[in-house]
Amino acid sequence: MSKLRIPVSEHDHRTGDQQGKVVLVEYGDYQCPHCGIAHKLLKRLLKEFNQGLQFVFRNFPLQEAHPEAMISAQAAEAAAFQNKFWEMHDIIFEHQDTLSPQSLLQHAKKLHLSIDKFSEDLDSKPVVSKVETDFEGGIRSGVNGTPTFFVNGMILETYDASYESLEDAVRNAR
Amino acid sequence: MILEKGSPAPEFDLHATPDQKLKLSDFRGKRVILTFYPADWSPVCSDQMSLYNEMLKYFHKYNAEILGISVDSKWCHMAFGQNRKIHFPLLADFEPKGAVSKAYGVYDEINGECHRALFVIDENGIIQWSYLSPDGINPGADGILDALDNMAHK
Repeated sequence: MSKLRIPVSEHDHRTGDQQGKVVLVEYGDYQCPHCGIAHKLLKRLLKEFNQGLQFVFRNFPLQEAHPEAMISAQAAEAAAFQNKFWEMHDIIFEHQDTLSPQSLLQHAKKLHLSIDKFSEDLDSKPVVSKVETDFEGGIRSGVNGTPTFFVNGMILETYDASYESLEDAVRNAR
Repeated sequence: MILEKGSPAPEFDLHATPDQKLKLSDFRGKRVILTFYPADWSPVCSDQMSLYNEMLKYFHKYNAEILGISVDSKWCHMAFGQNRKIHFPLLADFEPKGAVSKAYGVYDEINGECHRALFVIDENGIIQWSYLSPDGINPGADGILDALDNMAHK
């Protein structure tokens, strides 16, 4: 059973209850339809467990299968430089069917990001390297597809794209 | 029995495309990741090969090249590689069927395919790590990176 080899740290994007006892890590791809489904489930889960659950998202873009996955991941990371990671994360998943460099720029405008800074950061070394570091860390932890979840450091093998499978995993970890 | 760490990796000379053959000895001075898989097109293999496809630049950081190998013919590999946009060679262990798989100890006599197995071979052609995976399970790449790391630390 695979373990999370890269511990959650301040380099991660974290949301939910920062003191939460249950830490759920997702390795995801913005163009992966299964991750789109999981995104909706996670929104509900975070509402339901507004105390006790921390959620972390790490990038695992499969670029050959999903040509817009990498640039989307970079867009979310670039938005993070303006403290809008989760806002960009949500908007990308909500508009998964129309991903393109143009639509990402539109999202940045909608979030009132500085477009100059966003465009500059989008292809910058720190942004690309953040995505690649996430990916390599995922590989190290045995991630071989998306979404892959880890609950308190252990891979979640029971996730079946249902809300209940996530809910059970969180309950059992409390 | 699957060949283990310390064994010299058996030489091969197999078609990578209809008009190109590759030998293991062509890669002397580089590390070679040899990934045996049962068949083109079957679901797990495809996921596994797609994953490795995404990882080429990580392997290159370790001076390593990856080669896929199955008993499928060079024409089958060509169609599969084009369809899945595979950017590394797929070798055809086709004639005599499975000879290289047998030399590495990973041939499945019952199904007439090779098992799902991984080898990491060093710059001098010596196996440094091998792993036999259950046929239906994608073994991922964590073991490969760990093996490459261990070699770097020597």
